[in-house]
Amino acid sequence: MKEFKLNVNGSSHSVRVHEDTPLLWVLRDHLHLTGTKFGCGIAQCGACSVHQDGVAMRSCVLPISAVGDSEITTIEGLSPKNDHPLQEAWIKHDVPQCGYCQSGQIMTAASFLDENPNPSDDEISQAMSGNLCRCSAYLRIKEAVKTASKS
Amino acid sequence: MANNEIKRREFLRINGITGAALVLGFNFYSCKNSSEVRAEATEWSEMNAFLSIADNGQVTIMSPNPEIGQGVKTSMPMLIAEELNIDWKDVIVKQAPFDAVKYKRQVAGGSQSIRQGWISLRTAGATAKEMLINAAAEEWGVLPAECSAKSGIVYGPAGDKKTYAELAPLAIGQAVPTDVKLKKPEDFTIIGKSKKNVDLAKIVSGENLFGMDYYREGMVYANVLKGPFGAKLESFDATSAKAVEGVIDVIQMKDKIAIIAIDTWTCFKAKKLIKPQYSKSNHNTPEITAKLKALLVAQNGEDKRKDGNVEKAFKQADSIVERFYSAPFLAHNTMAPMNFFANVTAEKVECIGPIQTPEWTQGRIAELLNRPKEEVTIDMTRMGGGFGRRLYGDFALEAAEISDKIKKPVKLVYEREDDMQGGMYRPASEYVFRAALKDGEITGYEVLGASVNDGNCVRANNFPAGAINNYRVAAYRLESDVTTGAWRAPVTNFIAFAEQSFLDEIAEELNESPLDLRMNLLDKAIENQKNNKELTLDYDPVKFKGVLQDVAKHSGFRDNMDTMGLSAYYSHNTYVAEVAQVEEKAITKIYCSIDCGIVVNPDGAVNQAQGGVIDGMGHAMYGELTLKDGVAEQSNFHNYKIIRMNEVPEVEINFVKSDNDPTGLGEPTLPPAGGAVANALYRATGQRLYSQPFSKELDKVLG
Repeated sequence: MKEFKLNVNGSSHSVRVHEDTPLLWVLRDHLHLTGTKFGCGIAQCGACSVHQDGVAMRSCVLPISAVGDSEITTIEGLSPKNDHPLQEAWIKHDVPQCGYCQSGQIMTAASFLDENPNPSDDEISQAMSGNLCRCSAYLRIKEAVKTASKS
Repeated sequence: MANNEIKRREFLRINGITGAALVLGFNFYSCKNSSEVRAEATEWSEMNAFLSIADNGQVTIMSPNPEIGQGVKTSMPMLIAEELNIDWKDVIVKQAPFDAVKYKRQVAGGSQSIRQGWISLRTAGATAKEMLINAAAEEWGVLPAECSAKSGIVYGPAGDKKTYAELAPLAIGQAVPTDVKLKKPEDFTIIGKSKKNVDLAKIVSGENLFGMDYYREGMVYANVLKGPFGAKLESFDATSAKAVEGVIDVIQMKDKIAIIAIDTWTCFKAKKLIKPQYSKSNHNTPEITAKLKALLVAQNGEDKRKDGNVEKAFKQADSIVERFYSAPFLAHNTMAPMNFFANVTAEKVECIGPIQTPEWTQGRIAELLNRPKEEVTIDMTRMGGGFGRRLYGDFALEAAEISDKIKKPVKLVYEREDDMQGGMYRPASEYVFRAALKDGEITGYEVLGASVNDGNCVRANNFPAGAINNYRVAAYRLESDVTTGAWRAPVTNFIAFAEQSFLDEIAEELNESPLDLRMNLLDKAIENQKNNKELTLDYDPVKFKGVLQDVAKHSGFRDNMDTMGLSAYYSHNTYVAEVAQVEEKAITKIYCSIDCGIVVNPDGAVNQAQGGVIDGMGHAMYGELTLKDGVAEQSNFHNYKIIRMNEVPEVEINFVKSDNDPTGLGEPTLPPAGGAVANALYRATGQRLYSQPFSKELDKVLG
């Protein structure tokens, strides 16, 4: 195990973990930031999405040794008062069913809207297709992303 | 109403509603859910097991059943709030702990939470309301009948008024009424008005909420390695695993191996270094399918239903239609893999996590650890999906056993591969449907089913039973070491597709529209019911017709039959009809009409119903799990496909207006989806589908 320093949500942290430990497990087990979820461990479901220097990344396949001094943002740090337009749109559309995948959905959508602030329906569908929702709340996720893009 | 009366009395006896108490310093609830600024609550009056009223006017409602995404943590408290006559903004919802004496049926399964809580939860609210009114009447020296309650205030005949907050400490001393009257549907102010998911703000901000998120100072982490189905663990070498820094122990639990470490990743990492040797397992999908098919031929077993003379009808038929349908195993694949926390000490066995069946699990853990049931506590967290998988507390038992062995608080976490390859699968099943046709009518009908571990893989008294005079249903069971269980809408999740596709073929054979065929059959069932009071039917043909008419109207089915597929099914006491629309060989829209009685939380209900339709379509299109040497060949989402956003059609939900008591909603929209999709795809491709996943069959046609 080795000592690693990392920046998460504007604060710096130090952890002692195996160097191949995915960022996901550092966040969850060591920093107790459990908003970032474990779904598959192989970058197929998107539940673990966080931002690395503003870009959505799958934290389940990002080893801590590759994080370096990049800025990591998790769902807990997405907005100061949980009032990001996406979070507000999620509330407006009452999106979640079980809710487990939703922080990953929001983080993916936030990064996508930064790149493409006025997406078409098809562009939203394509951009969000990397994130699974086993409850199939897809129609509301799509509506909420659309609403947020217009705010 | 007599029946309701009995239920209420029984409720009072069973649900410990007499336990009113004043609780001081009970102030750990925050005011977060309320937008208005108000004083912190300092004194709570516990009116009964379900609700407490604070001195600042807030009301805490305990939601009794486990929340798996079906929305009961919002809709069950709505039932209580409705009868208590309070404003929803004053409500704080809390998940009740498992307590079979206080809360009775704490199960998430069978789409039964609202249906079975309909009287008891409303009674809890109404009882408390009456105690508050009685307390006010006593204060004012008037008759309770002269008082009324609205929005948390009791009004007296002389213009007096007192808030529930003021009255609650007095009300807890009142006798508990045993004959409260419940509201009529036309007087509802909360039921039928959409309320947002009570955990919404926490979900979108990533707050600790799910079992997977549970943390306790000093806890360790664990993972469990399992072998192929039916195989014995012969030996294993854990030397390398134990040498990994951070590994605390590697222990054997019969045929399983538990890895305990200081964090989750170290468990996963160390597990891959263990070299287990298992005995050979002979469970392979092709052999299982062959055995199931052989059962359909052998037909050793009792019929589930036999009406008239089926043999004669088939002998005298002008033609016979016979079709075989094949269902693969499916994994549940909840988004949160299995997990549980356990802390076993000399004094107690504390278990916390996502579980659909706390009572059953408590009993099994007590038995496993040889401890009295009273020492085993189960706290239910929000679940990252259930779909039936979390009915089986195997993972909770594993966590408890590990904690018992290592004497530490432990959180067990499955990897996706453990979850997918060590599931309680939807059993693989085979069916044959036969119809005897004579003079343009169905004169005989036969359904035989064979399923892994499930001897009741049919729905004997469901449609079209009662509509066809010569009718036979039989089912056969193949015993297997492959663990199987309830998967959202058990049995009907597949048989509905088979039946509704079969009926589509019959309609074509008889040159009748798919809608008319069903309506005519239902008319026959109605007529047969009239002529034969002994006729056993699980469904009401009148309600069944209602959803068919509704979906036909909304979809314009009659005018668009060449691009639409129709399907309808009754399950979990609810009637659902769906029409799928196909454009250029893709499903673009599904119309869904539902009769589930009163809809408690309409917006949540739409979400749930849409999810069921898409889930049904997704698994029919793509879902498949196959076994080789006792191991699932699919291990993660790269080779087990779940439907994604770019494959999802538009879904329009319509509820048939009803004042009947609510029935199930978590499952019933799933079963008809496969049939609607298959029948629509037939219009576009000319290809009938007989096995799932459809994507495999379609590949052959579409290339």
